[in-house]
This record gives sequence, structure tokens and C-alpha cells, in this order.
Amino acid sequence: MTAVGPPVVAGSSPKVFWSRRWRRRNLTFDRISFFVVFLIVPVVGYIAFVVSPFAQAAYFSLTNWSGFTSDMAFVGLANYAKLFADATFLKAMANSIILAIVLPVVTLTIALVFASLVTVGGVSHGNVRGLRHSSFYRVISFFPYVIPAIVIGLIWSQVYDPSSGLLNGALTAAGLDQFTSFAWLGDLNTARIAVMFVIVWGSVGFYMVLFIAAIKGVPAEIYEAARIDGAGRFRTTVAITVPLIRDNVQTAFIYMGILALDAFVYVAALEPGGGPSNTTLVMSQQLFTTAFAKGQFGYACAMGVMLAAITLAYAALVFAVNRLTGGRNEVGE
Amino acid sequence: MTQTSSDISSSGASARSTGADPVAERKPRSTTGDKLIGGLSHTVLVAWSLLVIIPMLWVVLSSFKTSSEIFASPFALPQRVNFQNYASAWTTAGIGSFFVNSVIVVFGALIVTMLFGSMCAYVLARFPFPGSRALYYLMLAGLTFPIFLAIVPLFFVLRGMGLLNTLPGLILTYAAFAFPFTVFFLFAFFRSLSTSIAEAAAMDGAGEWRTFFQIMLPMSKPGLATVAILNFVGLWNQFLLPVALNTNPENYVLTQGMASFASQAGYSVDFGALFAAVVITVVPVLVVYLIFQRQLQGSVSQGTSK
Repeated sequence: MTAVGPPVVAGSSPKVFWSRRWRRRNLTFDRISFFVVFLIVPVVGYIAFVVSPFAQAAYFSLTNWSGFTSDMAFVGLANYAKLFADATFLKAMANSIILAIVLPVVTLTIALVFASLVTVGGVSHGNVRGLRHSSFYRVISFFPYVIPAIVIGLIWSQVYDPSSGLLNGALTAAGLDQFTSFAWLGDLNTARIAVMFVIVWGSVGFYMVLFIAAIKGVPAEIYEAARIDGAGRFRTTVAITVPLIRDNVQTAFIYMGILALDAFVYVAALEPGGGPSNTTLVMSQQLFTTAFAKGQFGYACAMGVMLAAITLAYAALVFAVNRLTGGRNEVGE
Repeated sequence: MTQTSSDISSSGASARSTGADPVAERKPRSTTGDKLIGGLSHTVLVAWSLLVIIPMLWVVLSSFKTSSEIFASPFALPQRVNFQNYASAWTTAGIGSFFVNSVIVVFGALIVTMLFGSMCAYVLARFPFPGSRALYYLMLAGLTFPIFLAIVPLFFVLRGMGLLNTLPGLILTYAAFAFPFTVFFLFAFFRSLSTSIAEAAAMDGAGEWRTFFQIMLPMSKPGLATVAILNFVGLWNQFLLPVALNTNPENYVLTQGMASFASQAGYSVDFGALFAAVVITVVPVLVVYLIFQRQLQGSVSQGTSK
């Protein structure tokens, strides 16, 4: 990339050149104040508000701290032992993992299909182009991204309302009388799917736009060549689009997985109580209750460490899968 | 390149006007398969669009109904259009003051994080020093770790500083958590900018401060706009941080205010007001979105296709 030094302009000696080295004779007031304000101030703030809380959480997770008193005994891994014997937490952990597996696959598949349709899914002759009116679809689909997730949750909790909700109203009007007062969020079989659907509804548009941008970065000649070679739309998507925007797909998987492992705001709006038999209880929700309702701060921090560990494991898994299936793995390059 | 990219760009009208003639002459190649798949694709996309729009329209419709009308039928039109629900959402729920708090906190945090984020990204991108790589990974960690891990200690950090339940505390926290993303994005952006202009400025005697504020910052406007918009949406929608760190009802921001109003509305069975509150929250966002959507999506595609 641009790792090579600045190009040497003919006629200027390298000594005058704006060097990347931090040379002693450059330590003017301008330079010192520049580095203090530009680097040290923001980094210190970042460490105080972001890094140090993360580090403290790891320490608190080894204590039995209850919060508002300063009594804090070091208990080693007792909190973690307790976690793995806590049926409610294990249930929440299993639910979170299910969300992290299902939601990225479903959301990104839909988003990729939509993105392909509006960019290269148009007629199979002439220039490679998308469907007509595609900007309309794009603008509409992206809209949920700008609505606060809590409001999305509130809207859908009303849509799902057993007696006055839109969904049951529509189903009853279509003649399906068994749904007259069906509690989508209260039934053991539907609660999880109902919650997942809302998250997919809220996320598809963002990833669609992400993929549209990525597909537009692929030179149109490649699509034309594939078409001349006789590749259909499905084949083109699988054999051309996905491999060429692999890095964007990987990024999307990680974003979406992190969102799914959190999911706090959606369940807080839809299922504040954890859903029927805790089928929609997630780790983040359990952590929040443990910390701010029960005041078990040490224990809650142990949950946070578990959540972080699962998040990192998930990211590592996505990188590993991408590499094993032939992608380049350039973390942070 | 510009020609081909405009061909696959989604604007059907321009594609037709540039490429229509040769295509029209070879009309027989518009196969039935094309029409079938085209029809199917449009059906799917229209279905999804309806799935997005209908709940919104239903919320708007319901916001004009009384509670008894809402319970009677989800589809029936209200007897008469009244703004009673809007009045009660605005006054009793205090949506107005939540809105003001949100504006203060989000714009405050945006200014802080954009300023320090761009400065820090600039230094990391242009002045490699021992440890700058480590700092870069520290940012990556801040992006990856869930906020939930930090939330409990953060509560006590803010309490220790006397900033718990205050708007300045929330501003600093928002800014700090938007910081790694800002640095990450702008780091790549500053890397991609040519160094020669900054070098020319340095040779002309401009100091580091001046080079940054008068040369580099104006040059990076497109990148700054993209990050600012993405940060704005992210911070405006932030829910966990205010719920945990800002529990004084007077300081509620819009998202948490909506959540608490929803649970009150549930008890008092005032669903009309809840719908009205949702409309009040969404409409400004909708207007801003419709104005900026081209810009947002344009800059996103610019940033990712680099």
C-alpha cells in the first residue's frame, strides 16, 4: 500500500523533507503541544472511560463485591463456578449463542440477495444493471436503521399485541380465526422467532446498503465476462459476488454477530421479563438485572467477561472460517 | 471506469438513457425467463418494502385513535382526527424535554469525538512512533469488546468523578465509546490522502497545528461527514449507556424516555399516546434521513470501494 515513504520530489534534498521520524531538533513548542493535545489527551480519555472499565471488570469478576459498600473480598474463580451452576444464566447463554448463529446467517443472506437484485439482478442482456426502481427499494429498506432500536421494539410489541395488534388483525381478517388473540410474544413456540424477526427487520437494510456499495466496487467487466460465459443470476452471486466482496461479508458477519450477542435493547422492549420460560432471555439482559437490580456487581462482571469471551470467540470463528474457505486474512491491515 | 460504474448503478433511468438504443434493437433477447425472474424479484422487494412501511403507517393511523378505538379494531379509521394523543405524549410524557436532552448529549459527544478522533487518527496515520501499533490494537479492542463488560465499572468511574446522572458525564461516555470507531475509520482515510500537500505546507513554514486544521481537516471532509453521520445515528439510538448511567428522569434522553413512557403507558392503558410518542420520535429522523440518504449512502460506497 502506501507504506513506502513519500515520493522524493526531484531537486529537494531529503534533509529538508518532511520526515516521518520524530527528530530531536523538531521538538518545538508547536510540536510538543501538538502531540500532547492530539495524542495524549484523547488517549488518556479513552483509557479512562473505555479501557480501564474493561480492565476493572475483569478484576471485579474475581471478587464478591456487592457494589455500594467497599467490602470486597477476592474470591478467585468462585463467580465463574457459580455461573456454570446457574441454570438461568446458562439458559441465557444458550439463547444468546442461538441468536449469534441464526441472526447473521438469515440477515446477511436476505441482505445479499436484495443487494444483488438491485445492483446486478436486472435483465440478462445489454449493460449489467439492477432492477428498475431499485433506489426506491434501497431507501425504504434502509429506513429501519435510522429508527432507534428501542422504538422498533416498541412498534413491534404493539404489532404483536394479542388483541389489538396489527398482525393478529391481519391474520383474522384473512380468515385465520385461531389467531384472534394469539400471544406471539407469550407463546413458548413463537416468542423467540418473533424477537428474531424484529431484529432481522431492523438490520437487513443496513447490510443491504453495505453490500450494494461493495458490489458497485466490483468492475462491471467481471460481471459481463461471467454472463458471456453463461453464468446465470444465482451462479453469478455465488461464484462472483460473494468471493469478490468476501471481506465485506466477513465484516458484516462480525458486526451482526456482536449485535446479536448484545440484543439487549430489542429484548428490553419486546420481552422485558425474559419471555415464556426465559426462551428469549439473553446474557446482556441477565447481566443488567444482576448488576443494577440485584446489586451483585462482582457476579455481573463475571457475566460480562463471559459475554466478551464469547464475542471474541465468535469473531475468531468468523476469521477462521473465512480463511479456511480461501479468503485472505488481513486483520487490521 | 466511471462509465461502467454508472451502468451498474441502481438508477434505472440513467441506465436506460445511456444504453437503451442498442438494447431496444435487439428486443427478442428479453426472454420469458428474464420476465419471470424480474417479476419474482420485484415481488420479493415490494413485499419487503410493504413489510417495512405498513407497520409505520399503522402506527401513524393508531396515533389518532382513542384507546377504545385501538382495542375495537386494528384497522378501523379513527372517528375523527384528533391530536389529543400528541398533546398528552408531549406534556405528560415529557417527550419534548427528552428530545432536548438527546440533542444536547448527542451533539456534544459528536463534537468531542470528531475533534479528538480526527486528531488522534491523524497522528497515528502520519507519525508512526514506538507503540503506535499497540495503540491501534487498543482501539480495535475497544471496538470489539461489548459495552456490557464495561458497564458496571463505568458506573463507578462516573460516580467517582461526580458525573453520574449528569449530561456532561453522558456526553463524555458517548464520546469515549464512539472514539475507537472514529479513529479507525479516519485512520484509513488519512492514510489514503496524499502527503505532498502537507509537505508543501510544512516547507512553507506551517506548524503542525496549522497543517492539520487548515490543510488536512478540510481535505478530509468526505471522510469526516461519513463518520459524523454514522456516529450520529449510533449515538442517537444508544440505549444501554443512558439506562445504566443516567437514571435521573429529568436528564432522560429520548430512547430511555420512550422506554419508560412505554411501560407507564402499558399500566395506564394509554396506547394512543404511546403511538403518538413513537410518531414524534420517528418523524424528525425520517425527514433528516430523506434529506441525507443520498449523501449517506454515497459516502458509504465511496469509503468502501476504495
